[in-house]
Order: sequence, then C-alpha cells, then structure tokens
Amino acid sequence: MKIYVPCDAAALAMGADAVARAVESQIAARGLDAVVVRNGSRGMFWLEPLVEVETGKGRVAYGPVSVEAVGGLFDAGFVDGKPHPLCLGLTEEIPYLKRQERLTFVRCGVVDPLSLADYIGHGGYRGLERALKLTRETIVEEVATSGLRGRGGAGFPTGIKWRTVLNTAADQKYIVCNADEGDSGTYADRMIMEGDPFVLIEGMTIAGLAVDATMGYIYVRSEYPHSFRTLQRAIQLAREKGYLGANVADSGKSFDLDVRLGAGAYICGEETSLLESLEGKRGQIRYKPPLPAIEGLFGKPTVVNNVISLATVPIILDKGAEHYRDFGMGKSRGTLTIQLAGNIKYGGLVEKAFGLTLREAIYDFGGGTASGRPLRAVQVGGPLGAYFPESLLDTPLDYEAFTAKRGLLGHGGIVVFDDTVDLAKQARFAMEFCAIESCGKCTPCRIGSTRGVEVIDRIIANQDRTKNLEVLDDLCELLLDGSLCALGGLTPYPVLSAVQHFPEDFSKPAPSPSQTIGIQKARLQEANPWH
Amino acid sequence: MTTIQAWDADRALVRIRELEHLPGALLPILHALQDEFGYVDKAAVPLVAGALNLSHAEVHGVMTFYHDFRHALPGRHVLKLCRAEACQSMACDKTIQHVENRLGIRLGQTTDDESFTVEPVYCLGLCALSPAAMLDGKPYGRVSPQVADFLIDSARRRQ
Repeated sequence: MKIYVPCDAAALAMGADAVARAVESQIAARGLDAVVVRNGSRGMFWLEPLVEVETGKGRVAYGPVSVEAVGGLFDAGFVDGKPHPLCLGLTEEIPYLKRQERLTFVRCGVVDPLSLADYIGHGGYRGLERALKLTRETIVEEVATSGLRGRGGAGFPTGIKWRTVLNTAADQKYIVCNADEGDSGTYADRMIMEGDPFVLIEGMTIAGLAVDATMGYIYVRSEYPHSFRTLQRAIQLAREKGYLGANVADSGKSFDLDVRLGAGAYICGEETSLLESLEGKRGQIRYKPPLPAIEGLFGKPTVVNNVISLATVPIILDKGAEHYRDFGMGKSRGTLTIQLAGNIKYGGLVEKAFGLTLREAIYDFGGGTASGRPLRAVQVGGPLGAYFPESLLDTPLDYEAFTAKRGLLGHGGIVVFDDTVDLAKQARFAMEFCAIESCGKCTPCRIGSTRGVEVIDRIIANQDRTKNLEVLDDLCELLLDGSLCALGGLTPYPVLSAVQHFPEDFSKPAPSPSQTIGIQKARLQEANPWH
Repeated sequence: MTTIQAWDADRALVRIRELEHLPGALLPILHALQDEFGYVDKAAVPLVAGALNLSHAEVHGVMTFYHDFRHALPGRHVLKLCRAEACQSMACDKTIQHVENRLGIRLGQTTDDESFTVEPVYCLGLCALSPAAMLDGKPYGRVSPQVADFLIDSARRRQ
C-alpha cells in the first residue's frame, strides 16, 4: 500500500518533510505494510501538505495535514480511506482538479518524480517512441500544427523556432531550456521540474531529434534548489536507462543533457542573456539579429524554449497535433497553465484550455481574496505585466485578448491584491525592480528605471504632481520604444496601467515625513549592494 | 551552513580543476567555491582567471554581476525574505520590517554576532503561500511576523 506525501518545494514550505517522517514512524510503530512515496504537488496549495492513500476505489486525499494530525489519521483508519475531518474524498473528484484539462500536468502530483518505471507506466516516453519513427521535418510540422506557442511569456510559435534551427546547417546545435522562472506569481515550471522531470527530459530529447541537436542545457534559477537537485537525479536515471546518451532508446541517435544553476539575476530569463550566462559571462542581453535559432549558444543554432513549452511536446507527439490544437481559442491553442497567487483563497495551478476569463479563474477556482476583503487589482504576467482593475476581469486569458487591453498574459501567473493595495507604491516597485535587475546594456533601462523611481517618489510626495506625471509618461514611452529587451521595454506596463486605472492612488496627500523617500532610497541601495 | 571551510587556495584549486573542462565553466566554478567557502574570496579571481584563460576583469565582472555571489562570509544562518509582488499582496513588508527590527539590521546585512544574514529575494516560486521565505536553503510559506520569530528562535537554538 502506498501513502503519498509531496516533495514539491511548496509542500515542503508547509512542513511536508516532517509529515512524511511522522507517517513513516506511524507505519513502523503499527507494523503496517505501507510505503511512503514522495510525489510532486497536485497544485492545490491551500491543502498542502496534501497526503493521499491508495485505495481500491482510487486515491483518497487528506489535507492540509499537520504533524500533530498524523496519529489521528491512522487511528481513524485513513490507510483504508476512511472518513476523518481532513478527508477530501477521492483526489480526482475534488472539483478544483476535476474541472481542469490537464495535458502537460497530467502526471504531476500523481507519480513519483524520480521513478522512471512510474513515468513509463503513466504514458511517459510514448511521444519519443513515435518521434523516433518520424522524419525531422515531420516532427517539426507536428509541433507547428499543434499551434503550441512559447509558454515563457512571448508566445512565439514553437514550431517556427524549431524549423529555423532545423534549416540552419551547423556542425553542432543545442536545445536550451529556459527554467529561469523569475516572474512573481509563477511556479508552473518549478512544479514540473519537481513533480514530473522526465516529461521535460523527454520533450528536450524530441526537440533534439527534430532539429538535429545532440546536447541540451537546462538553466535553472538558483532560487529553485529543489528543482535543480531533482533534475540532476532524473537526468542521471534517464542516462542509466539509456534514454539519454549516445544511443537514445536504442535508436542509434545521440542526445545528452546537463543542468546549470543561475545566480540570482532576473534578466537571465531573457533568452540571449541566459545564453550569455550559460557561456559563463555576465548575463547581458545580446542584440538581435542574429536570432538564437541561427547563432545561439557558443555561436551555434539553438532552440531556446520554456519548461512548459518543452514539457508539452511529448503529449503532442503522443496524442497527435490535432488533439492538442482542438483545445483553446483563436490563435491561442491548447492549454494554459494558470497560476493563482498572492492574496487568493485557493491559490494553485489550473491547467485549462485557453478562453477562461480572469474572473472565472479568480472566483470560480481561486475563491476570491485570502483576506476576505474586496479585490482591487490583479497583476497578470509577472512584474512586467499590467495591473488590471475589477472592470477588466472579464478579459479572457488569451494572448491576443490581453494585448488588446494593453496587458500581458506572460507565463500565466495571476497575482491578486485586495483593497489595501497602493498602486503608486506598486508602480514605484516596478521601476525599482527594473533598476535592481537591469543588465545595464541599454541606457533607457539602466538609467530610465532609476529616474522612474525618482519621478514616482516626487509624485507620491506631491511635488509638481501634474508635471511629474507628464515626465513619467514621457519616460515610459522612452523605455517602451528605446529598450533592447522586454525588461526595460515592458516595465512601463505595470507603471502606466497603475496610473491609468488607479489615478486616485497618485493624487493622495503626500505621506508624513517619517515615510519619506530618503528612507526608501537608502533601502534600495542597501538591498542591492552591487548596483 | 555547517560544512563551510575557511578559505584555502589549494582546496579552491581542486574545485576549479574538477570543473574547468565544462563548456561555460565560470558559473559552475563560482557556485562550487561559494558552496565550499560560503563566499567567493577575492583571492579566487586570479586562480579562476588562470584556469579558464580569462582576464581578472572578466572574472570580477561576472562575480559582481550576479546577486548570488557573496564577497564576504555570511552569518551562520541565511534568511531570504521574498519581496516580490505576490508576497507584497500578503503584507511581506510587515514581516520584513519585523525581522529587520528584531535583528537590528537591514536587508542585505549581517548581525554583529554573525548569527544571521538577511537578504531580499525576488520570488521563490511559492506565490500561492505568500509571504515566502527560505532559511538555510529550506522553504517556508505563510511567513507572518510570528512565523519569522519562530524561524529565528529555532535557528538560534540549533546554534
């Protein structure tokens, strides 16, 4: 009999390791024939640690389980799925999960992330098996037909990227996985890496076959040490079983992987900056062209894709492009992994076909704010995404629909704020963050962000407010038009949307001297000693 | 944090030799040195530069570009507090201010008794459990001022 206690970092953050130890000691003390399996997370974080037991009817969930509750669960007979106040019934029947369309996340939270047998038993490596029977061109066409677009934020069609690399002749090509998931409010990449790492490995292997690349790198941010360790072990296991190396699955074809750790630079989520970092340099962005698909890592043609994009490739190859394309709306095909975050009652991962509205995601899944206070603002798409007011909540979660509202769908993270939020402060933070994380290559971003902080400080302090709002508008236009990459180029989104939708926060009386700017400025410098 | 060794050029060279063959070896080497010594000593610059055939300036430039690489030994415990948007929406400011007041330091500083270094971090990917923190590499969610006190107290008891 199996008892599942997640090892996902978010479950660990709520005490899952201690719960697993308590379950193990109860098993030993009671002489039960049971093993503890450390699975990934199902993505219902308000229920973590979510403990599941295998029964004849399916897996039964209990949560959130504290160490203190473990003894009582055993007393109540939870190993047989018996009732208990923490019992949530069959996991698959929990409405939050049941209403989802899990394609990329179909195994996440279900399997032991480091069991290759479990992976294969749940449909793993069927995509690779089919890909090995196809020509390179056919694999690329399949991905193009599926309509898969880069899930990292830009939404660029994955098939077109692959085709460019395939058609560029070179002695060496690379597959690079961008696992530098730095946007606040996002954790889908982390969940896959910790909950189903083999699907990423399989996706990268298929990408390698498709474009004739024999080496791949996964660049994981250092804030994700658990993902890094899980991937290292998964790669080792795949290599031992012949799924990586000189003869992938006895096909005679070669593909290997290495995982590299970032070093706390948000800008390295920008693809050219990431490539510089992988090469051992400062993470400064490159001019484009040349595109990474033509001259990427070490000057060679390189596919750079996000974790979710690559982890979606196996199911496309397995079930066929049409199966995937039939989900979604307009030009946004397939599923979106929505991540509900911040001040939200039921925060978690929701994988649904494109088309759900922001309101449905926040209320039907998320249950509104965690604080119980009225919702006032929502930031979608990370620190570079726009702040939306209540009146825009009926916007569908779709790349084009968000662009039309001067927003950004990005990586699908939704951060909810209640009515205590001060949008002038949030706008200031957007500029501050850009100043901290700017790579320094282009002037609008490097200097404009610091000037932006100063201008917003003057607006907050009510110094020539009207004039300074004009200066801010002008500065934002410069950043939008003149920056080399999305960091400087999109920082105006949160700033201008805050001004546009929440003008009242920029016309409040100036704060008292104790809250003034000098202190905040000192904070910025101290928090960021190298800049 | 307990297995950290005092700076030793010979040990550093051993770690450098283990990794210098990797393509793009500089970041892996700097991480290995920081894992070993708790920070990257200035004296490592010429060693790394020599091994990778880079200039001192190039190595220094990389070391100082990334927020992770420390130039001095941190406190015995490193507490990272997230101050990104999702955590802001759940009042991380209050937790941060509380920790700063309690330890008498600002983010980015180390206490005089060298017991704690407190650093800002921009997202730990625990955004549904905000405010989030990481203490000595372990993640924590829902870190209210009370939880922060508990974390600090239990770390102090460990050492």
